[in-house]
Amino acid sequence: MSHLLILAAAEGEAENPLIPPIPELVIGLLAFVIVFGFLAKKLLPNINKVLEQRREAIEGGIEKAEAAQTEAQSVLEQYKAQLAEARHEAARLRQEAQEQGATLIAEMRAEGQRQREEIIAAGHSQIAADRKAASSALRQDVGQLATELAGKLVGESLEDHARQSRTIDRFLDGLDESASKAEASR
Amino acid sequence: MSADPTQVLAFETDCHIFDGCGFPAPGLHSFLFEPIWGHQDDAVYFNKTMLLALLGSVIIIGFFWAAFRKPQVVPGKLQMVAEAGYDFIRRGIVYETIGRKEGEKYVPLVVSLFFFIWMMNLWSIVPVAQFPVTSIISYPLVLALIVYILWVSLTFKRHGFVGAFKNFTGYNKELGAVLPLAMVIEFFSNLLVRPFTHAVRLFANMFAGHTLLLLFTIASWYLLNGFGIAYAGVSFIMVIVMTAFELFVQALQAYVFVLLTCTFIQGALAEHH
Repeated sequence: MSHLLILAAAEGEAENPLIPPIPELVIGLLAFVIVFGFLAKKLLPNINKVLEQRREAIEGGIEKAEAAQTEAQSVLEQYKAQLAEARHEAARLRQEAQEQGATLIAEMRAEGQRQREEIIAAGHSQIAADRKAASSALRQDVGQLATELAGKLVGESLEDHARQSRTIDRFLDGLDESASKAEASR
Repeated sequence: MSADPTQVLAFETDCHIFDGCGFPAPGLHSFLFEPIWGHQDDAVYFNKTMLLALLGSVIIIGFFWAAFRKPQVVPGKLQMVAEAGYDFIRRGIVYETIGRKEGEKYVPLVVSLFFFIWMMNLWSIVPVAQFPVTSIISYPLVLALIVYILWVSLTFKRHGFVGAFKNFTGYNKELGAVLPLAMVIEFFSNLLVRPFTHAVRLFANMFAGHTLLLLFTIASWYLLNGFGIAYAGVSFIMVIVMTAFELFVQALQAYVFVLLTCTFIQGALAEHH
């Protein structure tokens, strides 16, 4: 075919640019096959592997970030829960303290009341005992004084002890009577 | 031929306006090269486009070797650039058209195709080389044939003989009387025209782009004489504009080629309607 073409060219006509010479076809095929072979067998698999690694690395990074975020979230929640618990605890303590304080005050008040009453009671009994002692001492003294006085007045010694004490007793009974009368009338 | 095929560079013509010399317009001869080794008539020879094709392969492999030989999880600058290109083809084209599950298998092919074609196109504006390898039909044709063979075999493998036939002919009962005609047209369109247009689309774009660049480059040189210098300036500006435009077209055509490849593969894998 190329022989014919050269003949045609030699006759003064240009070759048909649409008719390919065989050697050029072969070289064209060879040139392309070289490129295809290198790219398909070696270089593109290389880059595909790396692209895959990169994709995994990026996705791994995203996963890590997600994990970190979840952890941060949980820590935050924990912290919030702890804070709420602490607040609750503080409120409870305050409440308790208040209650304790109130009971303490009440107790102290009750104690004070009791002590006051005790003191008052003690005072009363002391007074009663004192009065009793005073009354008996007074009774003795009055009896003696009255006896002395009566003796002086009568001028005679009242020898008879039994009579004497009866007289005194009578006198004192009369005194008591008048005293209780006076108290009742009061 | 209007000019010596060996004198393809503009300044080699040494011909200027007002010198009584015709404009050495670029033509088919601009796409012919004297073999560096051997002779055009021989079965085996080696020319500039072959050199550029092989050199382009080496450059692509060198680039990806440097970027992906020991790839890091945290990429360096070169790896980042290469990854961006790889990811663009993988996600932007293969996953989009074929789907992630079924497309994964074809990613290496499509990535290789894209960067191979782009590199071959890029030669167009690389100083000294300045020739798009894909403007020689052989190179796009080889690539289109690889895709064609893959597509046809995938269709047979996926759908069996009858299913594949239905797939190729766009079998659809609802068409009724028009069905035979539609089937014939579809059959030709799919099995015969498709690989041809697939290759020629790339070839013609690069061919035309290179011709335009040549035209303005040669014109800049040709007009560089006396009063013509003003025109030469305009022509040179056009060279720069067209170079920028070519840069865009080169990437676009590589993209279109692999996008169509993916569409064909997807059509082979899809359930026939």
